[in-house]
Amino acid sequence: MTALTFLAGGAAGVGRVRPVPETRHDFERLLARVHAVGRDVLAAHAETVDSNARFPHEAFAALRQEKLLSAYVPGEYGGLGLSIGQVSQLCQVLGQYCASTAMIFAMHQIQVACIVHHALGSSHFRAFVAELVESQYLLASATTEVGVGGDVRSSLCALRVEAGRYILEKQAPVISYGEMADAILVTARRGPDAGSGDQVLVLVRKQDCTLKKMGDWDTLGFRGTCSLGFALSATGPAEAVLPAPYADIHARTQHPFAHIVWSSLWLGLATDAMQRARAFVRADARRTPGTLPISATRLAEVDMIYGAMRAALGEACMDYAALLASGEDEDFASYGFAIRINNLKVACSQWVIDIVGRAMLICGIAGYRNDSKFSLARQLRDAYGAALMVNNDRILGQTALMQVASRDK
Amino acid sequence: MDTAPAIDHDAIAEKVRAVLGQHARLSASVDSLTDDSDLYEAGLTSLTTVNLMLALEDQFNVEFDDKLLKRKTFSSIRALSDAIQGLLA
Repeated sequence: MTALTFLAGGAAGVGRVRPVPETRHDFERLLARVHAVGRDVLAAHAETVDSNARFPHEAFAALRQEKLLSAYVPGEYGGLGLSIGQVSQLCQVLGQYCASTAMIFAMHQIQVACIVHHALGSSHFRAFVAELVESQYLLASATTEVGVGGDVRSSLCALRVEAGRYILEKQAPVISYGEMADAILVTARRGPDAGSGDQVLVLVRKQDCTLKKMGDWDTLGFRGTCSLGFALSATGPAEAVLPAPYADIHARTQHPFAHIVWSSLWLGLATDAMQRARAFVRADARRTPGTLPISATRLAEVDMIYGAMRAALGEACMDYAALLASGEDEDFASYGFAIRINNLKVACSQWVIDIVGRAMLICGIAGYRNDSKFSLARQLRDAYGAALMVNNDRILGQTALMQVASRDK
Repeated sequence: MDTAPAIDHDAIAEKVRAVLGQHARLSASVDSLTDDSDLYEAGLTSLTTVNLMLALEDQFNVEFDDKLLKRKTFSSIRALSDAIQGLLA
């Protein structure tokens, strides 16, 4: 997700995002219900999802019930028509209860956004979105490829189109929750003669592909995302290729949207840690009336970092929403915006580790234990994943390059 | 009123070609490109674009402002020459 955006992107005739049909009041009620789902379902299964590294089925059954898999689909297509800021808030809430569930939810929303921003001009995709809303499809992504490392703006595999059908084979080192997805958005070179950066995005439906598992998913954290590698082999209707070049989809949607929703769920993870630390400090203070425990000072310190993280995310959401509303495609292609989005990802992924670590220091051995209500063990393991999914060093390297060229004040 | 640009468009395009050959690490040879060939299709990448920009700034003693830092500016020899002519005017 980190190619230099102005070089990767360009003007695309993409429609404006419609205003949000929900009132603030409706959305507050929705948030309250999502909190309830978080408490009753996500939190209840977070431990087994983590220990067994299994897909959070219960959570997704509940999220489907609330029609949240079509949260970002505009109202006129039957979705909830939520804004990026509201989707960000949903990710934050889910992240407080089960970061794996929140990560899957966030990744799904990125794929939905790619279709909503770039493909609704096509009747094929309008019909697909109607199905997605109706059946609450879960969408996955296959952008990385064996042999190109983590550079998503580069593909080896090429799309072939014969007699109105696409044919595609890809060695994907990671397709998170690939086996559970109803469809996967896959990048490939436009054709056998196209250069590595001349990519398209293809909507590969479950019934149109076979997935051959490569390896297992046994990691430190985010274990419920089941991010296994697969050899993907697919054929389907040629209309399933998104009409916009992937360069545009990446610049306008995939890159900014991904870093915003990921940062959102990391903020949720940090919020969870803050709440545990706060509860611990309160209990600590009650034990020693009249004497302020040292943990309260530590809490005051970590809250500053938490506030910075929250503010950075809020600003990025507003920035992105304003760009979407302006309809100015060229603005997405500027270095300044790409740098700000990269900064958000790198900063938030570091802050989340710092915050959970400091919260653990506050909770002490109770935070370190697996069997305490103040346990932060899973949260800390999950937090460490943030800097690695699209490695911060890759992002920083590209930001550094852009900084050389950027004229932003 | 009519002040002619310091260098004409063709002369700029020639210099742009020379810089491209030296700094852009294209997969196609510069001689095979027309002024309108798509440089991204010819192998220009995010990395090489920055080097190309720095080399052009050095060659023409100009500075690309933020408005010019767009994919479009770097898309062809003609687009680059237009941008540089604008900066020199």
